[in-house]
Amino acid sequence: MRGISFRRLKALCRKETLQILRDPSSNIIAFILPVVMLFIFGYGINLDSSGLKVGLVFEDHSPEARRFAESLVASPYLRITVGSTRAEIAQEMTEGRVRGFVVIPQDFAEKLKRPAEAAPLLVVTDGAEPNTANFVENFVRSAWEGWLQQRAADRGEPAPPTVTLDPRFWFNPSAESRNYLIPGSITVIMTVIGALLTSLVVAREWERGTMEALLASPVTRAELLLSKLLPYYALGMVSLFICVAVSVWLLGVPFRGSVFVLWLIGSLFLGSALGMGLLISTVTRNQFNAAQAALNAAFLPALILSGFLYEIRSMPAVIRGVTYLFPARYFVTAMQTLFQAGEIWPVLLRCMLFLAVASAFFIGLTALKTRRRLE
Amino acid sequence: MHRVTTLIIKELQTLLRDRQGRILLIMPVLLQLAIFPFAATLEVKNNTLAVLNEDAGAESIELVQRLARAQAFSSVLFLHSESELRRTIDEQQALMVLRFAPDFSRSVSSGRPASIQAILDGRRSNSAQVALGYIRQILQGYLEDRNRAQQRVALSEMTVRHWFNPNLTYVRHIVPSLVAIITTISTLIVTSLSVAREREQGTFDQLLVSPLTPGMIMLGKTVPALLVATFQATIILSAGVFVYQIPFQGSLLLLYSSMFFYILALSGFGLLISSICSTQQQAFLGVFSFIMPAILLSGFPSPVENMPTWLQYLDWFNPLRHFIVIVKGVFLKDVGVAALLHPLWPLLVIAVITLSAADWMFRRRLG
Repeated sequence: MRGISFRRLKALCRKETLQILRDPSSNIIAFILPVVMLFIFGYGINLDSSGLKVGLVFEDHSPEARRFAESLVASPYLRITVGSTRAEIAQEMTEGRVRGFVVIPQDFAEKLKRPAEAAPLLVVTDGAEPNTANFVENFVRSAWEGWLQQRAADRGEPAPPTVTLDPRFWFNPSAESRNYLIPGSITVIMTVIGALLTSLVVAREWERGTMEALLASPVTRAELLLSKLLPYYALGMVSLFICVAVSVWLLGVPFRGSVFVLWLIGSLFLGSALGMGLLISTVTRNQFNAAQAALNAAFLPALILSGFLYEIRSMPAVIRGVTYLFPARYFVTAMQTLFQAGEIWPVLLRCMLFLAVASAFFIGLTALKTRRRLE
Repeated sequence: MHRVTTLIIKELQTLLRDRQGRILLIMPVLLQLAIFPFAATLEVKNNTLAVLNEDAGAESIELVQRLARAQAFSSVLFLHSESELRRTIDEQQALMVLRFAPDFSRSVSSGRPASIQAILDGRRSNSAQVALGYIRQILQGYLEDRNRAQQRVALSEMTVRHWFNPNLTYVRHIVPSLVAIITTISTLIVTSLSVAREREQGTFDQLLVSPLTPGMIMLGKTVPALLVATFQATIILSAGVFVYQIPFQGSLLLLYSSMFFYILALSGFGLLISSICSTQQQAFLGVFSFIMPAILLSGFPSPVENMPTWLQYLDWFNPLRHFIVIVKGVFLKDVGVAALLHPLWPLLVIAVITLSAADWMFRRRLG
């Protein structure tokens, strides 16, 4: 293998850059798609249920029941609608207009008075939305605990024996899910851009036969690969910084890391994403198949298996093992840490190591595949 | 009629002719069916719980033992200092640290209210909140057991029932949603890419000059999509019932007839996309830019009601959002026709708008 001639490399990069700038579809993928996707992720994906619609049925109209209801209404997380019967509110829940309901049964106040019996309360949630159902239960439960303590205090009784939790969310005190979802979604976006862009554009060169022409010229393999990687790397870097700028300034996500570390980790990740795109296009050599492969090998895993939305620890061991193979996983962790916690080196270094290995793997494999074509 | 049938047969042949095409129709479905239900879950399992116990009493030990048995936590890490606590959360060695104050056991055994500090990783705030919920339930059970042991009756008892999904398993949320998502992807790809391919190869002009009217051509492109999507949906439905053991509550007839309208609405979008695009690459990008927001805003990854109001209004035009409600309603809740009308009429409106827009675009190319 011959060395690299910088004159040739410069010429190739210039040609590639001109081609990128001229092609409207690559401009759309690199500059418009990321911003649009970021807005969709930023506004559309939100796991924080506040103002949950919950029904309430009074089968007991005593002042005690009303006082309990007041504690529900006072909860900032619940929006209470009162229904007249269980059946009516159950129908509302079935049709999705409320996410759960609370029933204060007839004997509530009666049993509250009697020390030998516990006053019953019934909470029903719509299990078809499991995450929301969890939140309904949690919010009603804490309103209920608050009511019990308030009641004891009002009557000058000793507070009931309770054990409460006092949660403190580090890095993200108000526990807003978008603060970690947006940094994670940048990973999904960068994966799509890196893999889709290179796979489509290089596949087009194969389709049109210009790749063979290039291979037949005195250009070396290293030059060829670099000339494909460098311009797209620059393009990817620009979209990464656009994404981060939009997240910080328009979507208001705090960024606690340094730009230098962001650049470093972003470079390693782009190396693997571009490498994957190049590999796909080298193997498929057909735009349509390349796009479908990029979608299946890059977009879906980045969405599902990266830990950006779904906790990797909760997956079965086999799938957990598979997630180690996707570079998106490490970039998600690194981005979440960089945005929220800042430079926590043990976490970042581990991610960088894996990303470096992934980049070397994909670029190396592409180099191997390219040589085979030459012989 | 005969002409349309011929066109449909030809379309199906193009789809199923080569091995790669057949594989592309079935493999992604099976793969997603195998991975999604396990991976796309917001449940919290197998996590690590860290404990910083400054209390020497029996109550905190008893509680930690109960927590360690929970499915959410597969391992418990015992910490001994503040600095260890910081490192554990910083480096994500645990989802949360529970810190018991020195007087915890004393408070509990003397019947005073006690509290446990929970330090959570804000980078995974949803999982942390879900885990907090589990811990609250465990605490509740612990208090009830204590009361029972001391023959003391609690003032009030709360019973929680999760309808349609008693254990809140995610599979019951995912499989019905998957029925909707997969039909979306295949309908759009089949309709829009087949037109774009014909256009790229120049055969579309031949179709236009044939005795087929634009309406017939659209029908010829829609029916294969309908068949493919219904076939795939049936695979997922049967897998949901027989493999994942989710009881099918509602009426199949209702589900399939709503699916028919859904696929109509979607193929309207597909045809519209393809009428704007002239190459397969453009069509692919068009389909991607439709599918991606459609899935993300469908209520599958996160509830529609958590979005800002303006986005909820905009999302009205997303047919997937309405169809997921229908599939879940019929599959899990056995809703009747009356309840289905609410999500069904937007689908009809969307189908009419998109199909007539596509028809207009095709005619315009003729003139």
